[in-house]
Amino acid sequence: MTHQNWNGFVPGVWQDEINVRDFIQKNYEEYTGDESFLAGATPRTKALMERLNSLLKLEHQFGGVLDIDVDTVSSLTSYAPGYLDKDNEIIVGLQTNRPLKRGANPFGGIRMVRNACEAYGYKLSRKVEEEFRYRTTHNDGVFRAYTDEMRAARKCHVITGLPDAYGRGRIIGDYRRVAVYGVDRLIEEKKKDKKCLGEPFFNTEQIRLDEELYQQIAFLGYLKEMAAMYGFDISGPASNAREAIQWTYFAYLGAIKEQNGAAMSLGRVSTFFDIYIQRDIKNGVLTEEGAQELIDDFVMKLRMARHLRTPEYNELFGGDPMWITEALGGVGEDGRSLVTKSTFRMLHTLYNLGSAPEPNLTVLWSKELPEPFKRFCAKVSADTDSIQYESDDLMRPIYGDDYAIACCVSAMKVGKQMQFFGARCNLAKLLLIAINGGYDTTSGMKIGPQMPVMNGESLDYEEVMARYKTYIEWLAHLYVNTMNVIHYMHDKYAYEKTQMALHDTAVERFMAFGVAGLSVAADSLSAIRYAKVIPVTDENGYIVDFKREGDFPKYGNDDDRVDLIAKELTHIMITELRKTPTYRKAIHTLSVLTITSNVMYGKNTGATPDGRSASAPFAPGANPMHNREENGALASLNSVAKISYNDCRDGISNTFSVTPDALGRDEDERIDNLVSILDGYFAKGAHHINVNVMNRETLLKAYEKPEDYPNLTIRVSGYAVHFHKLSREQQREVINRTFHCAL
Amino acid sequence: MQNIKGKIHSIQSLGTVDGPGVRFVAFLAGCPLRCSCCHNPDTWSAENADAYTAGELVSKAEAFKSYFGKRGGITLSGGEPLCQPEFVEAVFALCKERGINTCLDTSGCFLDSKVKNALEFCDRVLLDIKYTRSDLYRRHVGMELSQAVEFLDYLNEQKIPVTVRQVIVPGINDYEENFEALSDIIKAHDCVDSVELLPFRKICQTKYDEMGIEFPFGGIDEANSLTVRETERRLKENIWKR
Repeated sequence: MTHQNWNGFVPGVWQDEINVRDFIQKNYEEYTGDESFLAGATPRTKALMERLNSLLKLEHQFGGVLDIDVDTVSSLTSYAPGYLDKDNEIIVGLQTNRPLKRGANPFGGIRMVRNACEAYGYKLSRKVEEEFRYRTTHNDGVFRAYTDEMRAARKCHVITGLPDAYGRGRIIGDYRRVAVYGVDRLIEEKKKDKKCLGEPFFNTEQIRLDEELYQQIAFLGYLKEMAAMYGFDISGPASNAREAIQWTYFAYLGAIKEQNGAAMSLGRVSTFFDIYIQRDIKNGVLTEEGAQELIDDFVMKLRMARHLRTPEYNELFGGDPMWITEALGGVGEDGRSLVTKSTFRMLHTLYNLGSAPEPNLTVLWSKELPEPFKRFCAKVSADTDSIQYESDDLMRPIYGDDYAIACCVSAMKVGKQMQFFGARCNLAKLLLIAINGGYDTTSGMKIGPQMPVMNGESLDYEEVMARYKTYIEWLAHLYVNTMNVIHYMHDKYAYEKTQMALHDTAVERFMAFGVAGLSVAADSLSAIRYAKVIPVTDENGYIVDFKREGDFPKYGNDDDRVDLIAKELTHIMITELRKTPTYRKAIHTLSVLTITSNVMYGKNTGATPDGRSASAPFAPGANPMHNREENGALASLNSVAKISYNDCRDGISNTFSVTPDALGRDEDERIDNLVSILDGYFAKGAHHINVNVMNRETLLKAYEKPEDYPNLTIRVSGYAVHFHKLSREQQREVINRTFHCAL
Repeated sequence: MQNIKGKIHSIQSLGTVDGPGVRFVAFLAGCPLRCSCCHNPDTWSAENADAYTAGELVSKAEAFKSYFGKRGGITLSGGEPLCQPEFVEAVFALCKERGINTCLDTSGCFLDSKVKNALEFCDRVLLDIKYTRSDLYRRHVGMELSQAVEFLDYLNEQKIPVTVRQVIVPGINDYEENFEALSDIIKAHDCVDSVELLPFRKICQTKYDEMGIEFPFGGIDEANSLTVRETERRLKENIWKR
């Protein structure tokens, strides 16, 4: 098959089947040089960005939400076209009819939409309320099926953050397909897939898939309509770079109009765009300045994406994030790096438009990346604190060379794999419940197997471990069942039509479980094992606090005695989870990631044997507890690197804050040393790192006077946020983290 | 050699200011000097320090080898590491066996056969030349300027690369003749390939307070880091760019 808009491209199997990876591999041009070719922001870009910045300021002054459309249910064609500045935009399309105006998306759950409207002084219209009186939402479905035990686990916060009241997200459509093939071809392929169903007979799976394909095809049609409202015909392939970016963006836009998932990630588009940009430059119809302008404009659109959330949601996931994660770099299976000039251009938006949390720029790090690119990344990190790194050398053997990252650390092959998002359970709290024989001292609820409270003058490691394992077993089974309910209902009532239309029909599914409080649990067990931990009981005989005698090894010091406890806990957890089958035969995975919910998890957890006091925040993700590291930054990194990616295929998040002084005496040294640290850390088999290069004093100043630091961006746990958008509690927690500094 | 024991005050796994690249820095306990500007008074005594065998310390450092890149490695600092010359020798020799770059941070106050043995396995010396006047050395360090210079002479003979370092203390050594004398010393020793001027800081005041002793330079203001950086730039230009 061929098309005139493909002129100049190297042919391949990508023409005969939907295969964007093959298109990329046949056509991209690796770039091994440095950043000196990059162009600054044009006057047009600057003017547009100024306009956006004034809107962002206004949004902040309005308490975080500029406007809500309470009369319309968000979908692909439900709003009139919206613009930031119609005459000057080169990439167009907004979620609603005006910039930063949020839409109402009740498919996941209407209560959340209603409450969010009220929290910001709006009222969801009667029209929408009426419409949904006769509709079942995802949230309705879930609560029809939840058992008493599931409700209790949720209520006492031993499992929290479940996507049962809004969209589940963490699904990445292969938005690039629209640019390469045009929508008509995609519809045609889906129709072919649909015709193959029904043999040997229609069973539940096939009937469900048949209906899903019907919906996918319908929504591909809406996607065309949506683009037509903006004056574009996307039925055929994109003919140039501007169209390729526009087509891809339309596909992403369709997805975020339809779905309000927690994480709505973008995928891996920069090198893909580069193919079109290079063709245009060769044909003399695009300059470097023009190329940068396209990427800048595209990124501006991404920075305007918003979902309507409640204050309770923000407490879990602070900073109004969308996780528009874009995976950059990495290496191909043939050994060429996937770094192109557009990889640089994407990072360069942080200079042209100023640093910002979105899109969530994620560098797939490999020891084989070109040296100038490594150095540029390190420079951008030091200057902006806006990028994160994940090990391509660890993931490529598993996912190939066309995977992307959903949310923070969840890898999946683009358009071939998806995940059922499952938030996380609280390992530290579970330990306390186990010690108390099925009683949660924070909520006063009885939960799990009922046993006697552990007694004796001091806690015995073997006994505690045996008890803990019993409770992990119980929780793992409950957790899988809960997730099965959630995702059955999400498929039934809030299926991702647009995004799944941009996947292969035969998609592979992960079910992503998570743990919080790993370092607290590991240090607590270490204290019980190596020091003497004496329980303190309340008047009812429940253990509410602990006294310690003697010292104990703490996670974060490259000490196997405790680091291997942390590693073992994740291994036990995933092993137990695997024992309960999943909905749609999804593959069980586990993450050690908290987002900013480590604060909330800590708040709901009593005093722990490691000496952490009741309701004090946990460390984020897989981080060691704040200020327990005694041997410096690399020892802390080594501890985290010991947690096995084989057990935690959904990612192991580590957030690293270092002062500029600690990295070296001048910029050149700092860049060199940061590159060495990244190379060294990933050579240890580590998975992920957020890098912040800053002084605590800066954060203290920003805490006192947030208005003076509107653009201060900081990596927290798998994503970046504007510091001023965090709650005061979350800000304090970030300030209290370990800053590795020079002695 | 593996089993020679040393007294260690503390370990910093990410060192980027004590030698080139990313380095594992071990601060050895014990120092015969009492520098008025000392920022680690807690390392003077070896009494309560942890004992490590050379083998243990090198194994610990080896866990960080992947971070060292082309330039990094181990640095032994202190205290005065040459108070324990056999231990330094053992650690450095083991490092060389295992392909780890070695760096010694010293005042140069000892130069006997044991020290010379240790230097055989040393890839670089960070040598403090604290002052360029004998009287200041006697008053504020407790050794002779000539000892430091003789140490440097020996490094020059052995062709061991050297970084000369000096802490700039306002009103004490931030005068022009000092910088001229320092560049003369450096010019006379080809082994010196870099120089670092470090601004005097007082974050160590809390350590003195905790130890209940007086910080001799506690009454002096911190040095302006930009001025010191500029002086360093001029000094380098004077030494190497002519």
